[in-house]
Parts: sequence; structure tokens; C-alpha cells
Amino acid sequence: MLKYFFTVFAFLGLIVLAMAGFRGAKSTRPPIEIFPDMDRQPKVKAQTPSGFFANGSAARPPVDGSVPLGYTMPQQKPVDGEADASPYKKIIFSGAPDYTDTGKMGENWGTGLPFDVTPAVVGRGQERYGIYCAVCHGATGAGNGIAKQLGVATVQSLLQERIRVMSDGEIFNTITHGKNTMLGYGDRIQVPDRWAIIAYVRALQKSQGGATLSDVPEAGRAKLEAGQ
Amino acid sequence: MANFFPKWTNQLPWKLVVCLGVLGASVTAGITYYFTPKYTRVGYQPTQPVPFSHALHVQQLGMDCRYCHSFVEVASHSNVPSVQTCMSCHTQVKADSPRLTAVRAAWNGGKADGPPVNWVRIHQVPDYVYFNHAAHVNRGVSCYSCHGAVNEMAVVYQHQPQSMSWCLDCHRAPENNLRPPGEIYNMNWKAESPEQQREMGLKFKEEWDVNPPVSCGGCHR
Repeated sequence: MLKYFFTVFAFLGLIVLAMAGFRGAKSTRPPIEIFPDMDRQPKVKAQTPSGFFANGSAARPPVDGSVPLGYTMPQQKPVDGEADASPYKKIIFSGAPDYTDTGKMGENWGTGLPFDVTPAVVGRGQERYGIYCAVCHGATGAGNGIAKQLGVATVQSLLQERIRVMSDGEIFNTITHGKNTMLGYGDRIQVPDRWAIIAYVRALQKSQGGATLSDVPEAGRAKLEAGQ
Repeated sequence: MANFFPKWTNQLPWKLVVCLGVLGASVTAGITYYFTPKYTRVGYQPTQPVPFSHALHVQQLGMDCRYCHSFVEVASHSNVPSVQTCMSCHTQVKADSPRLTAVRAAWNGGKADGPPVNWVRIHQVPDYVYFNHAAHVNRGVSCYSCHGAVNEMAVVYQHQPQSMSWCLDCHRAPENNLRPPGEIYNMNWKAESPEQQREMGLKFKEEWDVNPPVSCGGCHR
């Protein structure tokens, strides 16, 4: 009797294994939710479809002229000790008409950063440049990023004279709205970050010609000379 | 008086006990093994409307996670990129590729008002769990810890169970996952050893005042 039982048992076990497989196996089937409880609620979540609106999307484009308000993230605590002073702990996408948000002073492009340029700002600019710009413009700004090699035809070198003399405000506008074949990055890069990127691009331009030893802070000169 | 029960029935009780014991043990083992997100969720690899390869874009092109997932540092929701993000390159790179048909439809020649690309969501906690990406990535938890080596995935799949016990494992001992702030988005970063990870993690935990909530209200509200 036990013999029959174990034969049938082993057979059933094999069937279960064959049908259910092992943990971690790749599958295109949606996960089984064994106790669904209230796991899926009919509420609007970020970037989800919704049957309520005609176009099927839960997200609504902002009404013309609306201005997103900056706000501080909840639970945001200083990570690096100087977070209180950092302007980057807020989400800032302002549509205001002032120089900071448009790069324009009256009818003309303005120049100069709307806040103090500190090493932290340039560092932030370097990080953001690496994320968003280097893909096309290259890590040094020479216009030789990976996308250029893959077929983006008209990548400008940021080191050329035209951009060296271009006003900060016009560069800000180009980052925000794009230019020619470059699409705008205003939806992704926050306002202070765009200015920080400009500060870093200026540093890149100086480092690639035009910089003299007097541009280096005194503390760093000896180090630089020792290196050369 | 004849034997009412034949002789083989003497064996019956212990045989029944053995059968029921084995049956009970295997059903328990089966439920333990299968009725958990480690089985039900891990490995979910849906077919996406656009065959986007993270392996290509991250490994070969060296793009940062935040080029597309641009709000992960400042929002609870880590966004799927807008179509404009794709088209920043794909107006020119592989501009006519049939694989990008859905992206071009959404772009609609620059008006960006076409039907949205219906990406299939893979990682999904229940709706009564309020996970905040920004709170995690800004405090030393890498993408890698929860999503696995996405940079190596040609087709993304779920790598971690993301069950409540899995969350609590880390909330109770965050030192096992905290990284230096510069390495959060570096998918190839590895601690030198588990001991070094723990030592470093304890240091960060202390310095950054990392006290992950383990009360209900931390994640459910």
C-alpha cells in the first residue's frame, strides 16, 4: 500500500514542479496575488491610465500659465552637513518671467548667474552635466559624446568661440527650450541646476584654453605646479 | 469467532500516520515555497510595447539612470521618461526603427500628444504602501538594492520579492545596504566584503541619522 502511495505522491509532486517551476524563473505572466485584499485600489496614481478622462491618461497637463510651486521634500534631512544652505533640496520648475527663470533681462539675454557661484554649485553642475549633457556634448564639452558617434549629427562643441561669448541667459534658454535639433531639457533639469550647469560649462571652457594660473585659487596653485 | 479484521489491518494505523505525515509536510513545504512573492513576483518579465534595452543604454552608452528617471531624487515616484526624453536622441538615432513605432506615435511629429506608450509596470507594491524613492536614494540606498542589476537587463524583470518582510529586513538592518552617496547610481559598485559593507554602513547610519521606521505608519497611512 505504501508503495502505491509513494508512487502516486512522487508523480503528483513532479506534476506540481513541472507546472509551477522554481522560484525566480522568468515569466511574462503577471504575478499571482494570492490574497489581493486591497492591493489594487481604483485611485489615481502617478503615470497610470485612467478611464475617467477621454484620453485615457490619469495625468493632466498643467493649465496654460500655471506655475508649479517649489516645495521641500518631507523627511529631508541634511545629508552632507550643509543641506540647509543648498538650493537643491527643493523641486523648482518655475514659469516666472524674471531673469532667473527665463535668462532674459527685458528684451535681451542677460548674463551672470542669479546666485553666488560656490564650489558646491560647480560640483552640482558637474554632476548634472554628466547626467544630461555629456551624452551628446561629451565629458569635456568638445561635442563628441556617445550619441554623436551613434548618429546625432549636429552636436555643437561647447568650447567653440560662439558659445564662449554667448550670454548665460541664452545658454539657459537653450537648455530650457532646446535649439535646432536639440530638444529642451526644461522638463527635467530644475532651474537652479540649469544655472549650475552653465557655471560648470564656463569652467570647462576655461579649462580647455584661456585659463591661466591666476584663475586657480592660491591654495591650489602649488599643487597644480607640482603636478606639472 | 473468526477474525473480524484481516491481519494486514494491523499495519494500517502507522501506515496512515506515515502517509498523512508526508502529505502534510509536503503541502506545508509547497506553500512555504510557492505562496510568497519570492516565487509569485520574482522573475516577472513582461513584454514591453517598446523593446527598450537597459543593457544597451546603460552598459554600452554609459547613460545615467537619472537621464530618464529624472525625478527619482526629488519625488516619491520614480518616473518613466516622457516621450521627449526618448526623442532627444531618437529624432536622429534609429529614427526610422520599427521598434520605436509606439514612441513615434506618442511623439506625433513633435506635438507629443499621441497615445502614450503603455509600459507594463513590473515593480508594484500594494496601493496601501507608500514607498518614497527620494527618501531612499538620498540616504544611501542604491537602485541596485531593490531592482538588481538593471544595467545588465536587456529585458527588465523583477529581481527582488519586494514583500513586507523583505522591506523590514533592510529597515531593521540598513547598514547592509547603505552606500557612499556618490555610488548610489553606480550599478557596478560593490563593497569590498560583507564586513566592510557593514562597517561602512554603520558609519553612514550614524552620520546621516538613518532610522528607518519599522512601525506600521512608516509605510502605511
